Amino acid sequence: MVGYIIQRFIAMLLTLVAVSIVAFAIIQLPPGDYLTSYIASLSATGDQVDPRVIENLRSQYGLGEPFYVQYWKWVTGIVQGNFGHSFEWKRPVWELIWGRLGYSILLEGLAVVVMWLVALPIGIYAAVRKYSLGDYLATIGGFIGLAVPNFFFALILMYLAFTWFGTTLGGLFSPEFENARWSLPRIWDFLSHAWAPILVLATGGTAELIRILRANLLDELKKPYVTTARAKGLPEWKVVLKYPVRLALNPLISTIGWLLPALVSGSVIVSVVMNLPTAGPMLLRSLTTQDMYLAGAIILLLSVLTVVGTLISDILLAWIDPRIRYGGK
Amino acid sequence: MPLIPMADKPILTISDMSIVFSSPDEADIEAVRQVDLTLTPGKTLALVGESGCGKSVTARAVLRLLDRNASIPRGSILFQPGGEAPTDIARLKQDSLPLRAIRGSQISMIFQEPMSSLSPVHTIGDQIDEMMILHEGLKPKAARERTVALLDQVGIPGARQRAEAYPFELSGGLRQRAMIAMALACTPQVLIADEPTTALDVTTQAQILDLLRQLQADFGMAMLFITHDLGVVAEIADEVAVMYLGDVVEQGSVYDVFARPSHPYTQALMSSIPKMARKAERVRLSPIKGTVPAPRDRPDGCAFTSRCPYAFEPCATVRPERTDVGNGHHARCHLLTRQPVEAVA
Repeated sequence: MVGYIIQRFIAMLLTLVAVSIVAFAIIQLPPGDYLTSYIASLSATGDQVDPRVIENLRSQYGLGEPFYVQYWKWVTGIVQGNFGHSFEWKRPVWELIWGRLGYSILLEGLAVVVMWLVALPIGIYAAVRKYSLGDYLATIGGFIGLAVPNFFFALILMYLAFTWFGTTLGGLFSPEFENARWSLPRIWDFLSHAWAPILVLATGGTAELIRILRANLLDELKKPYVTTARAKGLPEWKVVLKYPVRLALNPLISTIGWLLPALVSGSVIVSVVMNLPTAGPMLLRSLTTQDMYLAGAIILLLSVLTVVGTLISDILLAWIDPRIRYGGK
Repeated sequence: MPLIPMADKPILTISDMSIVFSSPDEADIEAVRQVDLTLTPGKTLALVGESGCGKSVTARAVLRLLDRNASIPRGSILFQPGGEAPTDIARLKQDSLPLRAIRGSQISMIFQEPMSSLSPVHTIGDQIDEMMILHEGLKPKAARERTVALLDQVGIPGARQRAEAYPFELSGGLRQRAMIAMALACTPQVLIADEPTTALDVTTQAQILDLLRQLQADFGMAMLFITHDLGVVAEIADEVAVMYLGDVVEQGSVYDVFARPSHPYTQALMSSIPKMARKAERVRLSPIKGTVPAPRDRPDGCAFTSRCPYAFEPCATVRPERTDVGNGHHARCHLLTRQPVEAVA
């Protein structure tokens, strides 16, 4: 088990290095850089820029130097905890993103929890009572959840909330709590705002989880060990929960890893629509303005999330399934 | 109620049981039409028949392990443990408390595939402990001690370590031993073994049969042994019941049935076993002509009519009665009621 984790960990580090190169290459792809677009916009308004300032900035960030030099500067900075400066916001990148990324992870983490809490019982029910009314309802609901785009669902929800209850959904806090410290009332305020985006973010994933769980469980329920468990005299619910459900979860656990980043990138439009202070809209904006260090940092952190998520699901899987733990040296 | 001579009271009596599978888009299929079986404590009844004749379905019906689309419209499965009032298992509700109290505790079962019949993600010990925790309310620690003793008794070396092992870490023979230990965890009075040796190689098969015989001598349980291998029957069974296409056509002691098979199907079965002989004395095996018809093409009368060399007028339409041919040996064949026995043999 320890050997397995170490092995996975080394693989993760190597992947991260590769990912950082790709991330940097991507943000370098568009022609020009932030300084050229900055100078262009200044000249357009008739302002003059001090050539020395520009020269300073160029050498500070190594703009115009070969790719590997720029990359090296960027990566060594990150290792020391310096993600660089955002050109547009004129503030260190780290300061800008950590709050937003925090909200992203919080919201999406909660969405994942909601997903599992809703999908697990429904999926199990749908499989155990195959072709029952409840199964059909779950299937219909699942297809609707899959088919309706998240942002559209968000719009509908906001519209209904406004016409029926006269409240506006949007943002994560009431104005008076925006910058307050965390306290019980603030948590309450957060939850009273956050349920809507969490619900919206969770629908697609829930529907998908229900489908996968139902299909897996239907396969497992036919296996002979289920009959063995029944022959032992266990009550039916215990038979189902202890044996087939446990095995049906394996493939799902291995997908936790990519659930997180998929949620983050999938939530961009929802965040724009619902005015959420998450990382998605900021990434979108930084990409359009070629704010390369901000964009690079967000892309890199998203990749880190993916890789770490995969590591976590690998470890979870090994923990829950002895065939992986002991199998294949 | 047919009684077997020199035996104590039967512990499990299946009479006139029928099992029907229904499906939404087809007509119902009566997989098992007429089964009469009697199990006595300390004795082994072998249920033989070719694939698809309903042996396994019959075995599963005893514990009501059949799928939701199966029902038992006719007949009874009377379970009568020493001196208690009989329970008709066929009339118990699926997943009801009385049924669950019987499953695993009083009647338990060994399955064919020792790999897939054990959960791959739980340790052997965990899966055996569970039985005693469930039925006898033992604490996990005490249950584990019993498990280790049981594993030792079924001949698993290093029982304590093996209790911590997962099924995929054991060989097929050891897995089947673990399965047997699990079935015996609560010292059941009836053990149903559904082709327990089919998936094993011949050497392991012999060891498992020896083990089962040994355990039966120790525990004194009645055993229903399902197999299609007449060699295995000869080795382990006291009595044998022959099934053909959902009907039990013959039941009797192994000696009687092997020496004087009374039903044409049993006779055909016996003559299809290869015998050791000198080259000059060898005779070609005589296979049973034709193929097993699908249950829906089964004649109303005797199921064997379409392949029986002796079939005559009432066979296809009238179901033969259960006829005693002496010594507790029964068969269902019109020949027995119509002509003297010697004409058949």
